[in-house]
Amino acid sequence: MQQPGRAAEIKAIGIGKSFGSFRALDELTLDIGRGEFLTLLGPSGSGKTTFLMILAGFVQPSDGRLFSDGVDITERPAEQRAAGMVFQGYALFPHMSVEANIAFPLRVRKKSATEIKRRVGEMIERVGLKGHEKKLPAQLSGGQQQRVALARALVFEPGVLLLDEPFSALDKSLRGQMQAEMKRLHQETGTTFVFVTHDQSEALALSSRVAIFNHGKLLQVGAPDEVYDRPTNRFVAEFLGEINMLPLKGVRNADNGATGLCEDRAVSLRGNAATVGGNAILAIRPEHMSIAREAAVGENGIAATAIASTYLGAATRLDLTTRKGAKVTVSVPNEVAAAALSKGNSVWLTWPAEKGFLLPDGGQ
Amino acid sequence: MRGTRSDRTGAALLMAPLLLFLALAYAWPFLGVVKWSFTLPTPGLGQYGALATDSLVQSVFIRTLRIAAIVTIVSVAAAYAITVVWVRGTPAQRLIAEFCILVPFWISVLTRAFGWVALLSNRGLINTWLQSIGFISEPLALVRNEFGVIVGMTHFLIPFAVFPLASSMRSLDDRVLLAARGLGSSRMRTFWSIFVPMTRSGIIGSAMIVFVFSLGFFVTPAILGGGRSVMIAELIYLRIFQSPDWGLGAAISVVLVLFVGALMALLFRYVRPKQLI
Repeated sequence: MQQPGRAAEIKAIGIGKSFGSFRALDELTLDIGRGEFLTLLGPSGSGKTTFLMILAGFVQPSDGRLFSDGVDITERPAEQRAAGMVFQGYALFPHMSVEANIAFPLRVRKKSATEIKRRVGEMIERVGLKGHEKKLPAQLSGGQQQRVALARALVFEPGVLLLDEPFSALDKSLRGQMQAEMKRLHQETGTTFVFVTHDQSEALALSSRVAIFNHGKLLQVGAPDEVYDRPTNRFVAEFLGEINMLPLKGVRNADNGATGLCEDRAVSLRGNAATVGGNAILAIRPEHMSIAREAAVGENGIAATAIASTYLGAATRLDLTTRKGAKVTVSVPNEVAAAALSKGNSVWLTWPAEKGFLLPDGGQ
Repeated sequence: MRGTRSDRTGAALLMAPLLLFLALAYAWPFLGVVKWSFTLPTPGLGQYGALATDSLVQSVFIRTLRIAAIVTIVSVAAAYAITVVWVRGTPAQRLIAEFCILVPFWISVLTRAFGWVALLSNRGLINTWLQSIGFISEPLALVRNEFGVIVGMTHFLIPFAVFPLASSMRSLDDRVLLAARGLGSSRMRTFWSIFVPMTRSGIIGSAMIVFVFSLGFFVTPAILGGGRSVMIAELIYLRIFQSPDWGLGAAISVVLVLFVGALMALLFRYVRPKQLI
């Protein structure tokens, strides 16, 4: 239906937006690649939706320039940008049938009746709405309305599809189904997708890259595993999932990584050089730590006492305290947790050198 | 939301005084009018038979419907424009629109009718001015005819047409309009194919209110029509107080009330009362 070459490539340079004295978006510079699935992730008020509205042309940036395929579109009105958009709550036209909703973007483009009929038919087929053509939006379920919104935004083959928290009104099982559907539509159309969400698991599951926002600033952009495993910043590390943070002293660069002292024990990190001298924070995801009777010489490990457990079905979440009083959470097999708790005394927490990473000490 | 039983009892008690007042002041006297229509001057259906054949009554009925239809179209269109500004304009525009909507309520219908006479009569402001700039040599017939009646009634009814429209425009989801523009629709196109259809219930409600009000207008047509453009309410007045032909006047009243009742029933099939405020 669409040549992947027609997907848009977007470049935002120094985009900022102020509402009165409130700085909603600050100095945002970002390249969105052709055919990419980029997720804008952040808590509410982080600037992600403001950026989406700027991309759509509904909000005019206070500073910066926006380019689409090398053309400056900063001042171009929304109706001339040819960006498909799916709104939170879908924003379907309540007085138009499913068919008429999907045909609308083609009608305003003055396509011929036969072309409209053919493309609307294809799109209805593609999103699985056959048999619902004549219904009004109010007669459809949430998932079906979502499909109409997607079909309407894709039918005119836009260079970019913008999605503003499209799944927030759906229940969990439907959500998973729609996510899979959206991923499929992305592959089939080859269009550039820019997706806004505050749900980190959704962001990690869907995107080719994730851009994390907080307080109007873009903090980090990268592939899902990159931002999850190697966050450059404490907010990103915490927002993407649970994380254990331990103070690390005497940080020094070493072969292919760094070393330092954690609770008076030498630990090593692989794959990330210490860009911060002296003290730092050692961060490890709960699923990357294991419980052991003891730590071998040269193995990363600290002593801790198990204090509580939460049964999660597939695994158990175990809360521990280290000798120096730091709180640590690990996710371990159920029988390991039971053993650790029943002993009631000290266990060792170990982790592979490549799974720990450094964050700047204090503040962000 | 469905109230509990005691809620409904409470609501009934609160409405009781008004219902009682309406029953005593309107329903009871009207029953008397219905009785006259069948008994004066002689018992029977004679008055209704006369209505069916009386060409004067019929021409007044047709004129009333015609004036009401024109007034409805013009009022709703003008009110629509004002309401768009009132609901969606900048704060300064909203203030001006609100002023224009509310001020007419402070001036009595009589004062306004005479105000229009002063503006529209042969030696009124408009004709004098048009003559002084040499645009016309003879004064235009702007008043003491149907045109004057329509002008005066439209002016009176526009504020009433505003409220149902405002209600439907306020409940409209802005994102739907943004969606239309994001999909490539110009502002004009978005207005005509999305905004206007989505305020359909407001347009219907507004038109019905204006139309029903127009049917019963008395003071404005009496003054601005100058006796030449008599509407149905004035005809009833003439039959009762001047002819005097109470039976015929009463029969016209009954027909008018039934007609308005039918229109209201039709209205509430399409619009919920809540959408009219």
